[in-house]
Amino acid sequence: MQQVFFFYFALVIAATSVLVVALRNPIYSALALLIMFFHVAGLYVTLHAEFLAAVQIIVYAGAILVLYLFVVMLLNLRQDDRYHRQWPMAGIVGATLVIEAIILTVMKGWTAPVVVTGTEMTVGATTNAGAIGDVLYSTYLFPFEVASLILLVAMIGAIMLAKKDIGEC
Amino acid sequence: MTELSLRLAVTFAQILAEMSIVMITVATMTYFERKVLGWMQDRMGPMEVGPYGLLQPVADGIKLFFKEDIVPAGANKAMFALAPMLTMVVSMIGFAVIPFGPNMTLDIFGITIKPFVVADINIGVLYILAIASIGAYGIILGGWASNSKYSLLGGLRAAAQVISYELNVGLALIGVLMLAGTLSLVQITEAQAGGFWHWFIWGGRPDGFFPIHTQIFAFVVFIISAVAETNRIPFDLPEAESELVAGFFTEYSGMRFAFFVSAEYANMTLVSCVAAALFLGGWNAPYPGTIFEYIGLEQLAWVEHIVWFAAKVYFFLFLFIWIRATLPRLRYDQLMRFGWKVMLPIALANIIITSITLYFFPR
Repeated sequence: MQQVFFFYFALVIAATSVLVVALRNPIYSALALLIMFFHVAGLYVTLHAEFLAAVQIIVYAGAILVLYLFVVMLLNLRQDDRYHRQWPMAGIVGATLVIEAIILTVMKGWTAPVVVTGTEMTVGATTNAGAIGDVLYSTYLFPFEVASLILLVAMIGAIMLAKKDIGEC
Repeated sequence: MTELSLRLAVTFAQILAEMSIVMITVATMTYFERKVLGWMQDRMGPMEVGPYGLLQPVADGIKLFFKEDIVPAGANKAMFALAPMLTMVVSMIGFAVIPFGPNMTLDIFGITIKPFVVADINIGVLYILAIASIGAYGIILGGWASNSKYSLLGGLRAAAQVISYELNVGLALIGVLMLAGTLSLVQITEAQAGGFWHWFIWGGRPDGFFPIHTQIFAFVVFIISAVAETNRIPFDLPEAESELVAGFFTEYSGMRFAFFVSAEYANMTLVSCVAAALFLGGWNAPYPGTIFEYIGLEQLAWVEHIVWFAAKVYFFLFLFIWIRATLPRLRYDQLMRFGWKVMLPIALANIIITSITLYFFPR
């Protein structure tokens, strides 16, 4: 049962990801991306990471993609030759990824099975969100604070950049 | 496999019952809104169809069903058809986590079900927030696919408005989540048992009477932001009649138009349910326990619980109509300034104050 769901989600994710870059109309691309976000969230649910699934939808589908759509609709761009100059770059990146995937597939038989550590075992005991909160504010406190600082700097930077055009106010 | 199919059958039955309740509420609301608006403006409201106009929703439904379905010439046909469906589905699936009645379990053919909530998932509140943020897509796509300037402007306004105000909705709920210590709507409602002062709008502690954890500021922020997120007057900029004809659904007719309108009412019902469950104690009565328990009819206590929940939800629905009849529409820059410079600081301050009081006076 779980495998059926996994392969369904994986298949749709792969197909829609291709559609995002292959479709000509940017609105359709954005919608394909939306479907992909939902199926990634579905994958998280099959892994019992419900919190992550909900956050995935709230942040990516609910906020970021709406802004994308916003911009795409305002610009209303319909050029067909948007990607022609990016072929060499895309080729390099694609080749690297394919090699990586092949290596990973070949190596799979050699790697040791994943050992369950202490943090992973606590996940089952408490609720999903509770476990994330515990880990975030104890084990990963420093990376969490650094990430918050970076986001704060980015926010101030964005406000400064936007304010520049308006002038004195 | 029989257990799985039985579970599926029970869940489908629950979904069917829940959807019927929501659709009946939506139909009632179309009548209720016109009637209440009429009374507030010293009119009669609908009176022609049936006694006191009671059959008006049926007549409206039949009329919309037989209207011509017009697709504008330059419209994007697929997106134009998709947008109303998306709006409708999104407004319906949010009800899956709403607890309509007490957290009791029922054994049917060897499986245990919760009759009054379709899915008691442990991220209930986050699920609601996710659904609410998806709601903007139908509006944006409908506005864009209509190939009309008014519709596009309405869609873009909806996008900006929903993004601005869903932030306030989320932040206003954090205080409640801290008090309850869980994301499940069922457990949040259970944490408010024990009478009027234990509801999270007051936040009274079990041992002390003084409501030090009061969430009344969060409650006000939530209600105002909920009005904005459902695109109701005075925040109905996406469909402002005097500026944009009818906003994002200018070009829609017939059942597609009906879908947009019913989705708006369903969204109102959903935020009313959330407000009732999170701030006003959900199914809990304003006195400890239930009257049915006192007179020795424990098995009927759920009736009283459901009546209280419905009363709270209808209070909020009435509040929506009341606000509509009272306040004029905001200007667009006023809307944005209000959201970011008034609502957001209040919500943030509420989080800080709640965490401080929780630290010194833990529940």
